[in-house]
Amino acid sequence: PCCAIGPPGGADGDDSLYPIAVLIDELRNEDVQLRLNSIKKLSTIALALGVERTRTELLPFLTDTIYDEDEVLLALAEQLGNFTMLVGGPEYVHCLLPPLESLATVEETVVRDKAVESLRKISQEHSPVDLEVHFEPLVKRLASGDWFTSRTSACGLFSVCYPRVSSTVKAEIRQHFRTLCSDDTPMVRRAAASKLGEFAKVLELDYVKSDIISLFTALASDEQDSVRLLAVEACVSIATLLPQEDLETLVMPTLRQAAEDKSWRVRYMVADKFSELQKAVGPEITKNDLVPAFQNLLKDCEAEVRAAAANKVKEFCENLPEDNREQIIMTHILPCVKELVSDTNQHVKSALASVIMGLSTILGKDNTIEHLLPLFLAQLKDECPEVRLNIISNLDCVNEVIGIRQLSQSLLPAIVELAEDAKWRVRLAIIEYMPLLAGQLGVEFFDEKLNTLCMAWLIDHVYAIREAATCNLMKLVEKFGADWAQNTIVPKVLGMANDPNYLHRMTTLFCINALSDVCGRDITTKQMLPVVLKMSEDQVANVRFNVAKSLQKIGPVLEKITLQNQVKPVLDKLATDKDMDVKYFAHEALSGECLPYEYKKLQWSSMLCVLVYARPQLLDSS
Amino acid sequence: MGRAWVGSETKDWSLPLRTGVLAGQPSPASDGRGHYVTEADVISTVEETESKGESEEAGDTGDSGEYNVYSTFQSHEPDFDYLKSLEIEEKINKIRWLPQQNASRFLLSTNDKTIKLWKVSERDKRPEGYNLKDEEGRIKDISTITSLQVPVLKPTDLMVEVRPRRVFSNGHTYHVNSISINSDGETYLSADDLRINMWHLGITDRSFNIVDIKPVNMEDLTEVITAAEFHPHHCHLFVYSSSKGTLRLCDMRASALCDKHAKLYEEPEDPGSRSFFSEIISSVSDVKFSHSGRYMLTRDYLTAKVWDLHMDKGPVETYQVHEYLRSKLCSLYENDCIFDKFECVWNSSDSVIMTGAYNSFFRMFDRETGRGVTLEAWRESSKPRAVLRTRRVYTGGKRRRGDVGVDSLDFTKKILHMAWHPAENIIAIAATNNLYIFQDRVNPDALAQ
Repeated sequence: PCCAIGPPGGADGDDSLYPIAVLIDELRNEDVQLRLNSIKKLSTIALALGVERTRTELLPFLTDTIYDEDEVLLALAEQLGNFTMLVGGPEYVHCLLPPLESLATVEETVVRDKAVESLRKISQEHSPVDLEVHFEPLVKRLASGDWFTSRTSACGLFSVCYPRVSSTVKAEIRQHFRTLCSDDTPMVRRAAASKLGEFAKVLELDYVKSDIISLFTALASDEQDSVRLLAVEACVSIATLLPQEDLETLVMPTLRQAAEDKSWRVRYMVADKFSELQKAVGPEITKNDLVPAFQNLLKDCEAEVRAAAANKVKEFCENLPEDNREQIIMTHILPCVKELVSDTNQHVKSALASVIMGLSTILGKDNTIEHLLPLFLAQLKDECPEVRLNIISNLDCVNEVIGIRQLSQSLLPAIVELAEDAKWRVRLAIIEYMPLLAGQLGVEFFDEKLNTLCMAWLIDHVYAIREAATCNLMKLVEKFGADWAQNTIVPKVLGMANDPNYLHRMTTLFCINALSDVCGRDITTKQMLPVVLKMSEDQVANVRFNVAKSLQKIGPVLEKITLQNQVKPVLDKLATDKDMDVKYFAHEALSGECLPYEYKKLQWSSMLCVLVYARPQLLDSS
Repeated sequence: MGRAWVGSETKDWSLPLRTGVLAGQPSPASDGRGHYVTEADVISTVEETESKGESEEAGDTGDSGEYNVYSTFQSHEPDFDYLKSLEIEEKINKIRWLPQQNASRFLLSTNDKTIKLWKVSERDKRPEGYNLKDEEGRIKDISTITSLQVPVLKPTDLMVEVRPRRVFSNGHTYHVNSISINSDGETYLSADDLRINMWHLGITDRSFNIVDIKPVNMEDLTEVITAAEFHPHHCHLFVYSSSKGTLRLCDMRASALCDKHAKLYEEPEDPGSRSFFSEIISSVSDVKFSHSGRYMLTRDYLTAKVWDLHMDKGPVETYQVHEYLRSKLCSLYENDCIFDKFECVWNSSDSVIMTGAYNSFFRMFDRETGRGVTLEAWRESSKPRAVLRTRRVYTGGKRRRGDVGVDSLDFTKKILHMAWHPAENIIAIAATNNLYIFQDRVNPDALAQ
């Protein structure tokens, strides 16, 4: 079918048709990228076709385009969620249901989820009548589909149509949901369990008590633990909906059972959702039920569960009712925490170490010194570096309560050990915390104990460490000021310029690059520049072209006259170097040296961001 | 790649089975098109037999006579591990079908290292109509384009598309011997010689190690994992077998790491029959849960055993597959046959078990009567509707016509791989490069529906 279209009253419609024609043809191009591109511009195509042809030609074609790659289908599912106006407004929105229905049955979860999301979106644009005539039948079709993929998709649609349909249809929807909760395949039961809370929220309270609770109880005792663990999540929403007096009889038996489930995965889920559960059931039940349950989770036989519970220690304690919070923590929680400090599993210990410092603000100065400090100190001596790192990275919490001096005695050996750890990633992590530590320990302590470490990292045999150490120096100077830099680190950095190892000589240049800005013009001109200039005669070409790069970097800090009289001659000389790279970078520097200062600064700070954010990636690449 | 596919043919076979058996159980993937599932299972067998890294599926042509190849695709390519200077063969070790989730079918295939998820789908429509070119691909004159045309889908010949969906790599240091899909429908396990990993079907960059039997010092190694399988109904249970003839049942509810088994199934060794070969022939080559989930079937070199999950003291049934080879172990050791890994399968109602042997023979045992038959898969007799004869190996007593002497058995004709339809009495037997599909004569209509 093909009928002439063109802009109203325009004879030269061909030109405007061409780009659209390309887009339409590319819907079936062999190149995925082009198809994807076309799908992303589907609204342009629809606009050109007009609402009627979109409904009668484009949508039927798209309904059958379900064989495509996931990314194309995903884009299509997303587009269709915003298509209402393009098919003629709310009156015709139901035309979007067939393509979305077929997308809701594909095997790829992300595509299905997106199709459901779009269906939920356009359900709101249906009139109450259309909802019953078009949308609700679709939900029923999906719910009674042959394949579990369609039935799982149906689970996400009940809650959006329920509030807007008649009471007969409501009863049918409840029935469908009930059926899916006892579906043969665990995949569908899981989908139903994960939507149980959401569905409960739109149901009338009486039905929550009669229907949802029995479904919840059934799912929570499903034979598959993969289903049971999802019921824990539903527990939070259901508990929030019910009045306090019903919780004990309707929810608590199931929750107690879940906290003692035979499967560690279910108990893990309880531990993981503990703060939410605690808020949902309120202070009374927390005191009577959750405190002992939490104790048990902290002592669970499975390390994964203990780690999940340990992660929640601070949050759980924070949210305890204030009237007897301290007493509960001291008598019930702290003893378990003490045991976890010497747990056999390092993940458990490190999970605890990441939150334990937070307890000091809750318990106050005296309790911290008496009860928590010994634990911190023990963890600072832990064999696992991650545990020590987690303690060090959270020092600020303790600092506020008791001051860091209490810890410094034990802190130092721990830092030194981490700084010399055989694994470079551990060393990298502790460098990251140096500026924080320096700030809290103060300049004297730093000079006395930590300065040597910071300088030692500059000659580490791993480049990533040397690089981080350079960056660290800059942050320290920002903290302690240029005077401090001049007295303590600049001489040492410049001293390395005479090192026999060319890598160390290059480190001098990298440090200068990082420090010139924070140290200011005076130090840069008087102390750093002469060294850099002298290094232009280095035997190693790598050093020489880094000199050119450094000169370009520090140029903006220098005075014009210095540039002219000292820097330029050296660069000119390097520009005639026998090494190609040296020549190249010298030319680069010569052409770029007059760039405005502000611009340079911007560039450098954005590079710092890259350095900081690049760390996780460094950790990941083996 | 030169594929030595020889047309597979169906045959009727008669068996000492009661008709009642045929009712069968609904297959876990039952979709109303049961015979497709058979093909599915057949393929896994063919696959392993073909050993060419290609996946094949036998398709039903409609009449119950012959099977054609449904689809062929290259699953794995030969690869090279540069770190260890090891060649990675493209040979597929196992394939497993996923429970059906939509009109397409999905399967996992694995070679020694890499597991892949494939989608097999049918397509009977193709779009037609371009704006800027005609159907032959000739570019149209732009000035003739005065209107937009939306492509229309037109029916075409049925095409079978096979597309890779996920690649699960770098999970195994040793050779993968098993993959098994969990009844939860979202995870599967893969086992190599020393470790078992658990994967999520949707996540390729992470897997969880659940069993690790690698000793700190490899010189202390005394056994390896030979096969592993998930329980058909309980998503937390799986079993793995070892080269020492033991089975370990693990409960994933108890702990995230299943190095400690929940139950150990072991037959007490008879000290009288101990020999140099005892350990080799007791190595379990395959383990399969019964459809009911109550029993496990294992195969070692000379026997097939049925174990009750509730009894760990020893098997409840033991079937001699080819006891007459016991006296030949020495020569079987010399020609490496003693290391052959025979598979074993259950019928749909768990009343019959089947396993392979030499000389193109395979054996079926009725569990109720304990009676066994020897059947032969060979080309010359594979005319449609021919009845599969039973065969006998002469081991003494009165020699009957047609009996084969132990010395004239052909040990190169091994039947290692096989499958039984999850709901019907249709079996697939892989004999070197042939795939035979046999159907129970009592109910020939089951397939031709």
